[in-house]
Amino acid sequence: MTTLTKTEDAPNPTGSDAFLSVRDLRVQFSTEDGIVKAVDGLSFDVERGKTLGIVGESGSGKSVTNLTILGLHSTQTTSIDGEIVLDGKELITAGEKEMEKIRGNKAAMIFQDPLTALSPYYTVGRQIAEPYMKHTGASKKEARQRAIEMLAKVGIPQPQTRVDDYPHQFSGGMRQRAMIAMALVCDPDLLIADEPTTALDVTVQAQILDLLKDLQQEFGSAIIFITHDLGVISDMADDLLVMYSGRAVERGTVREVLRNPQHPYTWGLLSSMPRLGGDTAQALTPIPGSPPSLLNPPSGCPFHPRCTFTGEVTGNRCAEERPTLGVGRASACHLTAEQKQTIFIDKIQPRLR
Amino acid sequence: MLQFLIRRLIGAVVIMFLIGAFTFFLFYAVPQDFAALSCGKNCSPENIAVIRENLGLDQPITTQFWNFMVGIVAGRDFAVGHCPAPCLGVSFKTGDFVWESIMDRFPLTLSLTIGGLIIFLLFGLGTGMLAAWKRGTVVDKIASGASIVLSSFQIYLLGPIVLGILVYQTGWMENPKYVPFTEDPAAWFIGLLIPWVVMATIFTAQYTRMARSTMIEQLQEEHVRTARAKGMSRKYVFFRYAWRGSLIPIVTIIGMDLSSLLAGGVVTEFTFDLAGLGRLAVESSVTKDLPLTMGAMLFGAFFILILNILVDIAYAFIDPRVRLS
Amino acid sequence: MSDNLTLPEQQGATGTSVETLLEVEGLTKHFPIYGGFPIKRKVGAVQAVDGVDLTVGVGESVGLVGESGCGKSTTGRLITRLLEPTGGKISYAGQDITHASRRQLAPVRSEIQMIFQDPYSSLNPRQTVGTIIKSPMEVNGINPEGGREKKVRELLELVGLNPEHYNRFPHEFSGGQRQRIGVARALALNPKLIVADEPVSALDVSIQAQVVNLLQKVQEEMGIAFLFIAHDLAVVRHFSQRVAVMYLGKVVEVGDRDSIYNRPRHPYTHALLSAVPEVAVDDEADDKERIRLAGDVPSPIHPPSGCRFRTRCWKAQDKCASEEPPLIQLSGNREGHLTACHFPEDPTTEPRAEDVVMDPALKALEDGETEEPAAKTAGD
Repeated sequence: MTTLTKTEDAPNPTGSDAFLSVRDLRVQFSTEDGIVKAVDGLSFDVERGKTLGIVGESGSGKSVTNLTILGLHSTQTTSIDGEIVLDGKELITAGEKEMEKIRGNKAAMIFQDPLTALSPYYTVGRQIAEPYMKHTGASKKEARQRAIEMLAKVGIPQPQTRVDDYPHQFSGGMRQRAMIAMALVCDPDLLIADEPTTALDVTVQAQILDLLKDLQQEFGSAIIFITHDLGVISDMADDLLVMYSGRAVERGTVREVLRNPQHPYTWGLLSSMPRLGGDTAQALTPIPGSPPSLLNPPSGCPFHPRCTFTGEVTGNRCAEERPTLGVGRASACHLTAEQKQTIFIDKIQPRLR
Repeated sequence: MLQFLIRRLIGAVVIMFLIGAFTFFLFYAVPQDFAALSCGKNCSPENIAVIRENLGLDQPITTQFWNFMVGIVAGRDFAVGHCPAPCLGVSFKTGDFVWESIMDRFPLTLSLTIGGLIIFLLFGLGTGMLAAWKRGTVVDKIASGASIVLSSFQIYLLGPIVLGILVYQTGWMENPKYVPFTEDPAAWFIGLLIPWVVMATIFTAQYTRMARSTMIEQLQEEHVRTARAKGMSRKYVFFRYAWRGSLIPIVTIIGMDLSSLLAGGVVTEFTFDLAGLGRLAVESSVTKDLPLTMGAMLFGAFFILILNILVDIAYAFIDPRVRLS
Repeated sequence: MSDNLTLPEQQGATGTSVETLLEVEGLTKHFPIYGGFPIKRKVGAVQAVDGVDLTVGVGESVGLVGESGCGKSTTGRLITRLLEPTGGKISYAGQDITHASRRQLAPVRSEIQMIFQDPYSSLNPRQTVGTIIKSPMEVNGINPEGGREKKVRELLELVGLNPEHYNRFPHEFSGGQRQRIGVARALALNPKLIVADEPVSALDVSIQAQVVNLLQKVQEEMGIAFLFIAHDLAVVRHFSQRVAVMYLGKVVEVGDRDSIYNRPRHPYTHALLSAVPEVAVDDEADDKERIRLAGDVPSPIHPPSGCRFRTRCWKAQDKCASEEPPLIQLSGNREGHLTACHFPEDPTTEPRAEDVVMDPALKALEDGETEEPAAKTAGD
């Protein structure tokens, strides 16, 4: 459809018009084994009505980040530093009552497994109606009507009767639709979707993803879409943040990051996954080793123990110095911009055929 | 649901029958001469023969079993007279009908159980929930610590201490005794207060720990987090979402405790010198009064079965997944 | 797009010409459901697998794909005889093992091994890695040259683990390493067929590739035939020479890799392929048809009559409800490319003139409330 651009176009306008802006976020849990640095100096912005994809493997801190935005972490064992500003309001310092007004209203969340994320004890209708009553002051009857309307919108057949069903009477795909209805019932400005389709079958996933996109058009919400699946993100997001070991390692538009990735970890992810259009004779190139421990993360660049390009960086910088992530289109790596471009074109791109 | 209930009731009857059969054959299969047992010390062979005939012990064991079962359902005639419907036989020692002996003791056991139950549910669940709500704070630590200490106490230790202080040293209260509620409610209450409190203290400690841990477990459930993410208040989520889920394990334990308490709180009854069902059962066992032992056991089994069914019904009320499957 | 169709044409049909190792005919597994009143009795059955035909050649890797509830895992367990088939026939190397007893199965059992999905629960946490890998040899009384321990160390090395870790316990390994242990255990008896049930789906993306490459190495270098069961179509495509697509207990389409992925005929295969989210590394990836089904897979307790896919199919007609389509080679299909459909699609995955959108909510949102039962009546 569009022509391939050689280098990145205009960088992401940062800090200017952001609806949600996260700055230098640090989230640490104290556990019996020590302090887990779940998120370690993370900054990003989400624009109104746009979708930010956050991709990363387990333990990358992507889910923790988003629980922190809504203040859903356990307060006793967690320490949080940094800044989270949602529509001009600082959330880290906000009180519990203020957060309750924001949750489900201005910012809502969709979780991965709709079976465990919906209460088995109450009807779907009630669970959708609850936040509507709380945030709009609607009566029980109005809220029920609204629940039916939302169920219809997300494609539940016979919403007038299904509204009184319990979650276990729904199929997996329908449960996730109900969850979406619940999240959108107050018309939130920000929707955080944490692996919303991972538990679903692929044909159902396709329905749900398209539904989310179409509903976003109608509701105009900004979406933070968290996933481990680059294919899903490619389909859903405008901007993309790649996370590794609690940090952002690469940022840019989806197009930039997926077509012209600049970080060795992103290269690794892309060349380790088979694609339907790929050449089957081309062997997959896995990332060696395993994800790092968050209790005792590697010094310098957290990816350096698994990185195959540390030799190209002068000295021992990868192990000693933590690379920073610039603003806009950027990657946190000590390789120079030229090196990145050459390596990508010479070594990585041929693997992605 | 109704089908389920009917099926469970039928099942309960079958199980009761099996338990009856099992205990019957277990007891009567032992090489003991029951007639001799029930005859006493200076017993002539003629007396034994008479007793044997009276009790039907001269008949084959299957006939005896049949008579026993018919007795439970329809009543049965003994030399001492007609034994009406739930006839569990005649005590070897006293010659009383077993059912009547049990009914004699049961009101005390029931009173003891219900009073204690109310106290330990209120305090145990209340403290446990408070500890879960204030998890990690001083309140939680005190509640958890106290419950661990108290739950390792025993009634036979705590009972005499309390009696020593309240009855013998200060004289503030009288020794516990049972006055039927229908006779004098105030005396009934005062008389049983010490046993209630002592028994409930130990149960309270156990229920505190259980309520705390199940609540904390429930609060970590994903659907509870979802409710929080919708903006529902902590209180709402605590009482509507987490509490609902905690009810299942709590009801299960209550059912188990209740059935064993109704069958007789042996230790409590002995500690406070109260003549309840548990005491009847133990004494009958010591004196080898087998019909009485069997009767008490069947009576206890009956409660276990009934409470099992009640717990299942409670599950259906709590959890729609049970109700609708 | 058309130019890449020409290349694999010759190698495409090779899968069927090799000697058959495993042959499955009409394989059926019904799990009974008990209920009723007042006495519980069998009131129905989960028709998990309902007449599956499948062959695996010597050294061939066959993929089995489908969504949850399609019976692909049950099929794997039936073939390894972890479950007793309700009906049908399983022959291994010409020998009927459908209902073979433990004793009859003994010589065959060592040749058919299984790798499981969850590397956390499929290894005994109280046994050392050495014991875990050694135990199949002990059970089957096999004494390799140089002793079992030496063999275990060789296997550990083969699967990319340090032989020194012989005495470690499973929890000391990461998920990917644990799956390697599972592979080593499966290889301990020099199997001829490995049934791998979702071997990589519990692993992180970067680790998946490590295990896929290991399995591929094992398959190619040791000539072991694989039945690779997975829901991830891209992984199956990468690994398998032939692929069978299952839906609600039946194989709806089977064929060589190129036929299934580039020239599918069954509407369900089209829908599956269309639903796979693809990373747009270049512009080409965008060029594929868009099919959005409605709802979830129906219950295998009461599967639809006739063609089981008809309730979600955009081409369904009366015939589909009354007559079950046989799994046959349609005209224009290659040898070995079989499809069970009365009204097959064109053999292409190119974008259509009009997207197929069955989902009512999507349709409403996309059409802007203009209701028209389009596409439903097309194509006789």
